[in-house]
Amino acid sequence: MTPHMLTRSLDRGATIFLAVVAACGILIPLSNLLLPAGSFLQVPTYLVALWGKYVCYAILALAIDLIWGYCGILSLGHGAFFALGGYAMGMYLMRQIGARGVYGNPILPDFMVFLNWQKLPWYWYGFDMFWFAALMVLFVPGLLAFCFGWLAFRSRVTGVYLSIITQAMTYALLLAFFRNDFGFGGNNGLTDFKDILGFNVQAEGTRAALFALSCLALIVGFLICRFIVSSKLGKVLIAVRDAESRTRFLGYRVESYKLFVFTVSACMAGVAGALYVPQVGIINPSEFAPGNSIEAVIWVAVGGRGTLVGAALGAVVVNYAKTFFTSGVLAPYWLFMLGALFILVTLLLPKGIVGTFNSWWETSNEKRPAETTASAAAEDGITEPKLAEKRS
Amino acid sequence: MNVMDTRATSAMLYLDGVHVSFDGFHAINNLSLTLEPGEMRAIIGPNGAGKTTMMDIITGKTKPDEGTVLFDGVTDLTRLDETRIAELGIGRKFQKPTVFESQTVQDNLLLALNVDHSVRGTLFWRGSRAESERIDKVLETIRLTEARNRLAGSLSHGQKQWLEIGMLLAQDPKLLLVDEPVAGMTDVETHLTAELLKEINKTHTVMVVEHDMTFVRELGVKVTCLHEGTVLAEGTIDQVSSNERVIEVYLGR
Repeated sequence: MTPHMLTRSLDRGATIFLAVVAACGILIPLSNLLLPAGSFLQVPTYLVALWGKYVCYAILALAIDLIWGYCGILSLGHGAFFALGGYAMGMYLMRQIGARGVYGNPILPDFMVFLNWQKLPWYWYGFDMFWFAALMVLFVPGLLAFCFGWLAFRSRVTGVYLSIITQAMTYALLLAFFRNDFGFGGNNGLTDFKDILGFNVQAEGTRAALFALSCLALIVGFLICRFIVSSKLGKVLIAVRDAESRTRFLGYRVESYKLFVFTVSACMAGVAGALYVPQVGIINPSEFAPGNSIEAVIWVAVGGRGTLVGAALGAVVVNYAKTFFTSGVLAPYWLFMLGALFILVTLLLPKGIVGTFNSWWETSNEKRPAETTASAAAEDGITEPKLAEKRS
Repeated sequence: MNVMDTRATSAMLYLDGVHVSFDGFHAINNLSLTLEPGEMRAIIGPNGAGKTTMMDIITGKTKPDEGTVLFDGVTDLTRLDETRIAELGIGRKFQKPTVFESQTVQDNLLLALNVDHSVRGTLFWRGSRAESERIDKVLETIRLTEARNRLAGSLSHGQKQWLEIGMLLAQDPKLLLVDEPVAGMTDVETHLTAELLKEINKTHTVMVVEHDMTFVRELGVKVTCLHEGTVLAEGTIDQVSSNERVIEVYLGR
């Protein structure tokens, strides 16, 4: 229906992206497990865990790109959905500890014993079962996003105002989860995990499997996003992003569309958080910090909003840089570098890495169609440079 | 009162005693207007006469403080929101051409088609022959067949205006509200637009807001002149333009 070059090049990009992620998801765990330790091609376990973290961030970035890049909803509180998914998984992992905790209580996690709690709060029920926890990983962030979005979008809160209340939301959750009596471990959060589905979370095999699963989740998340944005619904989302009231006057219920993508996006962020927690071994309230959510938006901006591949790439690149720069003498300056990076990308690469690459690829590979449009434009009295600028 | 009611039921659009004020400024003052089915009406009036506000009221963007706004004789538009009103069959072209610039011309029309607009419907949408035929037909009417795969943002100003009219056609509303369709157009484009609107009027009820008197004259339809939110004069273009109060308003006192 739309033989437009942009769509086609993205499809090509999507294929390459999927192939790379699948290759990493298979080869990295295999190399870690099968090759002898210390061999040149062997990926050490600490790197598997580190890269697993990046992959989770990439899923979070995809979730943000879906709503920001395609629908223009700038959420500065997506870390909240990520953290909620993480807490749901953390609660499962806590219940798995059982009597092996410091206090040896078979039901109550250590921090509850420490606080002299006599019985498990009702909202911890069911988290000893993996399927229930997995359901909650999707359900809790999804429900929060649905309620939040229902109120915000119906009242037509948009733009910077929406961004601010998403910040407030994650900050409110941060404060709530800090409280000991909230029942989620307060300041310390949930940690000291022992095993997941019966496998030791520290074991190399488990870590490799978690990495492979994270890659799989990234692939599935990417395919869901692609399915959404390449459908007619995707066109409606872009229409909402570019001219919201026009879309409304065409008879689209804009708030339903926003609510749909916002909820899908929150569920994806929840899954990312759930995969993140067993790999880093802890979840605490600092995951709700507004700064985390803003950082995630920077990943997407750097990689290229509205490209999906760019969002994932941006997450990996920026986090690799973060790991690199925060482990040396430059560590105190990382936040300045991140800020500078955001400013530079906004000024010099407003379309991000992948967005800029796409336009370059498009112009250099589309000579013939470009000529025809140029001549058509000349008839209309449009100068060519102006056209080229608008087409990109 | 009875006479009024029967008239209201037969009218496509019926406004009676409508008032709107913004922070004490009376944008619309006791405005009453009736549009018969199949009619084309030109609305003129100086800046600030309330033309755009009137369109905002009809399309649900602004709620009137008091008054009746009936569509198709029965539907009270003051209770509905923009989406619902659009679904009922009122399409609107904005003063500033508003098309989806980062999407192609035919995608713009595809989005405008009055098919299933639900989230689920669009997520699992698959094009049909009937839909693409309708798009082809609209493209032909608005003379943009050649440009169908171009991004709407790369069109000239006049073409964008046409694309927006085309989107209205694709929407196939019962009533079209067209706000300043020839603003910024060349004489040739203005003439073509008049032709286009006359063509559209064969099957649709149309309300056109326009400043350009040559264009209004070319349309050759009944004219309503608004001033300070109320109807100042109504009749043919010659009657209205020779009305002393209209001249006074336009030339200033």
